[in-house]
Amino acid sequence: MASIALGRVEARASEYNEDVVRWFTIATVFWGIVGFLVGTYIAFQLAFPVLNLDLEWTTFGRLRPLHTSAVIFAFGGNALLATSLYVVQRTCRAPLFGGPLVAAFLFWGYQLFIVMAALGYVTGITQGREYAEPEWYVDLWLTIVWVVYFVVFFGTVLTRREPHIYVANWFYLAFIVTIAMLHIVNNLAVPVSLLGAKSYSLFAGVQDALTQWWYGHNAVGFFLTAGFLGIMYYFVPKQAERPVYSYRLSIIHFWALIFLYIWAGPHHLHFTALPDWAQVLGMTFSVMLWMPSWGGMINGLMTLSGAWDKLRTDPVLRFLVVSVAFYGMSTFEGPLMSIRQVNALSHYTDWTVGHVHSGALGWVAFVTFGAVYYLVPRLWRAQRLYSLRLVEWHFWIATLGIVLYITSMWVSGIMQGLMWRSYDSLGFLQFSFIETVEAMHPFYVIRAFGGVLFLLGALIMAYNLYRTTKGDIRAEEPMPVGAAARLAPAE
Amino acid sequence: MSDPIAVLRELWIVWLTLLFLGIVAWTFWPSRKEKLERHGRIPFENED
Repeated sequence: MASIALGRVEARASEYNEDVVRWFTIATVFWGIVGFLVGTYIAFQLAFPVLNLDLEWTTFGRLRPLHTSAVIFAFGGNALLATSLYVVQRTCRAPLFGGPLVAAFLFWGYQLFIVMAALGYVTGITQGREYAEPEWYVDLWLTIVWVVYFVVFFGTVLTRREPHIYVANWFYLAFIVTIAMLHIVNNLAVPVSLLGAKSYSLFAGVQDALTQWWYGHNAVGFFLTAGFLGIMYYFVPKQAERPVYSYRLSIIHFWALIFLYIWAGPHHLHFTALPDWAQVLGMTFSVMLWMPSWGGMINGLMTLSGAWDKLRTDPVLRFLVVSVAFYGMSTFEGPLMSIRQVNALSHYTDWTVGHVHSGALGWVAFVTFGAVYYLVPRLWRAQRLYSLRLVEWHFWIATLGIVLYITSMWVSGIMQGLMWRSYDSLGFLQFSFIETVEAMHPFYVIRAFGGVLFLLGALIMAYNLYRTTKGDIRAEEPMPVGAAARLAPAE
Repeated sequence: MSDPIAVLRELWIVWLTLLFLGIVAWTFWPSRKEKLERHGRIPFENED
């Protein structure tokens, strides 16, 4: 049975381009560790400012975009490229369109974009637009690479042998097309000189702010959500060995997300110069996003119906399923925070930072870890992962890290918001700004420690994956299952 | 105000909502159930 299945892998593998998937997978793990490391470092900078080192290149202001870009575009981007190119070939039963040279250009072109962007950040070259910091020359390069990505992906869809386009590919395609649109419009800028890095945005004032947050929120919606839902709709069913709970619900999930997400951006600009009607519009659409988000979460979780016992023994599946639970949690918190009255307390505080990380660490990173653990043994033709126990360790250490991160930021953020709005009996502000900063110090230390745990988990993963690529298998007993679990009948 | 095209444009949210409801009706039409749910098996066919 196993040997028959293996023989078919070989037959297919000759047709599919798996080299590029392997490269993107390595890049995912590499940039993930870089991004987590920089994030942990800047978390310590906030707690201990001396770590800014009094050097312009290592100040928080320059390292922060390095962290955000490394985790979103380098770690997340490479994960999306790796999984999308793997999934599209298998679900379309067609090799990658354009051949191996175009795929290699896509890989190296994307890495060059990351390096150019990162060098700009530490040397102070920035547009100052959040999540769109790279200057015009990097933007132009990414546009070229992205068009090639679109051609490769969509070309594969067009040359498919499977009549139906599987739903994961819809999400990937929405991600690719929308990111192209957002990237081009938000980065419309006039360079000051042909040989200089500096440029000025085409937009001004509140139009500029709205364009930026139309981009910024949809980067969350289409890069960090739609793209990673593509991962969910392929890898959760594969790892659970059963089809998605409801394919029809996945169609509704897709279209509801597409119809609603694009309008949610103005919730980043509550109580600003943006007209009130636009703020309310952004809030309303954000609240409506509860429905598709939870529909999608239910669809992902219910895929396990009848196989819940696998969660006890399969830590890879647990990564995937817990990621979907975090998707549900952070997409519940997000609409809540978009409500103007809640936003009045939460905006500009650490609550926002905690919210972003419950989505980024819990959803985006966990679903990526699950997919990478699924992919590496298959891509390197290993019998199985080197050690499932190490996956267990990774899972629990990373989960503990996330819990420390988001709980400390909830407390710190809500405290910060309450301190900012405290008045004394004479109507004066009760706290000076520096008092609020002092009060947050212990929570900054806890958060940084959470980051250390998350990084440690990723290092364990990298070691485990490295040994897997060598074909090593660790002699080990499975993790003991708790007494209560043993007593309960497995379905 | 009397321009009919302008009035129709004002009502964009109605048209988009109707389009979305149409998608929902199409998807959940009982006769399509079997065909659509079969697509969920695509990752398992041509098993790797």
